[in-house]
Amino acid sequence: MNLRRLFLIATPYAWLAFFFLVPFGIVFKIALSDYAISIPPYTPTLDLSQGWAGVKEFLDGLDFENFTFLASDALYIKAYLSSLKIAAISTFITLLVAYPIAYGMAQAPDEWRPTLMMLVILPFWTSFLIRVYSWIGILSGEGFLNQILMWTGIISQPLTILNTNTAVYIGIVYTYLPFMILPIYAALEKLDISLIEAAEDLGCTRIQAFWLVTFPLSRPGVIAGCFLVFIPALGEFVIPSILGGNETLMIGKTLYDEFFANRDWPVASAVAVVLLLLLIVPIILFQRNEQKQREAGL
Amino acid sequence: MAQPANRPVFAPWLDPDQKPLIRFQNVTKKFGEFVAIDNLTLDIFRREFFALLGPSGCGKTTLMRMLAGFETPTDGTILLDGVDQAPIPPNRRETNMMFQSYALFPHLTVWDNIAFGLKRSDMPKEKIPARVEEMLRLTRLEKFAKRKPHQISGGQRQRVALARSLAKAPKLLLLDEPLGALDKKLRQDTQFELMDIQEKTGTTFVIVTHDQEEAMTVASRVAVMDHGKMIQVDTPGRIYETPNSVYVADFIGDVNIVEGRATRKGDDRYAISWAEGQPEILATSTEKVDQGTKVYFAIRPEKVAIARERPEGRANVVEGKVHDIAYLGNISTYKVEVAGGRMIKAQVANERRIARRDITWDDPVFLSFTDTAGVLLLH
Repeated sequence: MNLRRLFLIATPYAWLAFFFLVPFGIVFKIALSDYAISIPPYTPTLDLSQGWAGVKEFLDGLDFENFTFLASDALYIKAYLSSLKIAAISTFITLLVAYPIAYGMAQAPDEWRPTLMMLVILPFWTSFLIRVYSWIGILSGEGFLNQILMWTGIISQPLTILNTNTAVYIGIVYTYLPFMILPIYAALEKLDISLIEAAEDLGCTRIQAFWLVTFPLSRPGVIAGCFLVFIPALGEFVIPSILGGNETLMIGKTLYDEFFANRDWPVASAVAVVLLLLLIVPIILFQRNEQKQREAGL
Repeated sequence: MAQPANRPVFAPWLDPDQKPLIRFQNVTKKFGEFVAIDNLTLDIFRREFFALLGPSGCGKTTLMRMLAGFETPTDGTILLDGVDQAPIPPNRRETNMMFQSYALFPHLTVWDNIAFGLKRSDMPKEKIPARVEEMLRLTRLEKFAKRKPHQISGGQRQRVALARSLAKAPKLLLLDEPLGALDKKLRQDTQFELMDIQEKTGTTFVIVTHDQEEAMTVASRVAVMDHGKMIQVDTPGRIYETPNSVYVADFIGDVNIVEGRATRKGDDRYAISWAEGQPEILATSTEKVDQGTKVYFAIRPEKVAIARERPEGRANVVEGKVHDIAYLGNISTYKVEVAGGRMIKAQVANERRIARRDITWDDPVFLSFTDTAGVLLLH
């Protein structure tokens, strides 16, 4: 009788175990290994042909050396902190850009909304990588932006935007904007117009009504959107490596360099494990927010 | 219950010296080509409980939203206490509104909902708690002050909405279908509560409803609207007893309408010929009706008596056959087929148990009514 239910519940867990927990275990194991010039480039490897002695030898070879190394080298701590800063600032800018757009969409006449929604989702039809690359053409010294600014006479020297943190911010805000717009729009769209009228009826100006009613009621959407931007932005690798410069220090990029340039798999794995641990905190907070919203029945 | 003879009747609309609180002067409101309110003139007086009644789309909600300031008239003026309301935005009007959906702020507690308007007013901060407590007491919500709107019942939410809209002591309270979301029993209780609160606070209430029973129960005057026009504005009693048109007679309560031609028989006495071979209906009308005019004779079912034997000494007696009986517990409605297949309804209080009812389906019966029981309507 309960077999069906058990199966239904077990399926997602099995999926998670197989595609998340097992790979994570492998990465974690590599993080505990040492660098070696071999294939694969780390020791020890598990040799089951030697039986129990092999397992014991393998376990003895594992240690937390790589993690202590991460803590001792300022580069990694700086990379983590810089990632946090870039993710936080770009999340905030995304919010500032997305909220008016979502608000406008929610205020638009009913027949316009599907079209506007479509326009927000439209960029997903093109590869993410191509869209980030195309920003080079806009932001570079001879790019469209500089050409327009110089043509209109606002500047006389081209601005250096590409290969700076500014370009990274622009890239992140551009890429993740839909993830911020959609949950805010969903929250605003549900908002009963008579609540605003009630606020005005009770003496609020339009602006007061917005801050006292509209914004607080859209907060679940704002929080959801912030997490949806912050979490992937924290581990972002493509945008800083394409648009960022030498000054751009992000953990995703460090991870890539460690893995492919240094071929130091154990340290790279340790970086990945720490990044995951850092991400778990906002993910848990995000889940809480979602759950609270469900309970409040909003 | 007899009323004491010296008690003054509340009827400011009959007193020409009374100044109205609200005055609509030739107000027209158009939405594009659609005329929602059509050249309407109306006075509403202080302390009135005024009901706007009509089918959906008749303009009653538009009228209310113009009072609240959410819509502006296309033409004409609305005066509140002699002040033209057109340039005043909703947040600065001395009216408050109780919304149909209640529009309680879901993120605020009951207490904060009620305090919301007070915090926006010029009331000193330290006086706000006392006023909120007073409102909570008035609506018997003291126990729920700390709850959020989704943690209380529909009836309680309705009372929070009322408390919130009354908190600022507005000159005029607008109620948009305030009881629409409640079930019948609760609605009846709440109607009396509303009247009570209206009397206690002395606020002028304007209520929008499509429920004629509700309008009759609570209102001092009822305005029946249709297609943006006032069809009749009068006390519930007069609306019911002396409707000015078939539309009003039909909209309020149950009615028999008999079409016929009138012949003058005396000062205010008329005879209506309504079917061949049938005795004319004798009726009175204060309005003068020309000879041979087409008229509608409207009579309420409860004013028609039904009997198995021909009654003596009644002005009007009509023969018929029982077609259908609707048993409602306290009353029964007999649908009687008379000459030419017309149906006339007679309503009788069930003073005897149903098993002892002496009239049943297909029985030949006599319907009778006095000459003052019905009204003559021209349209």
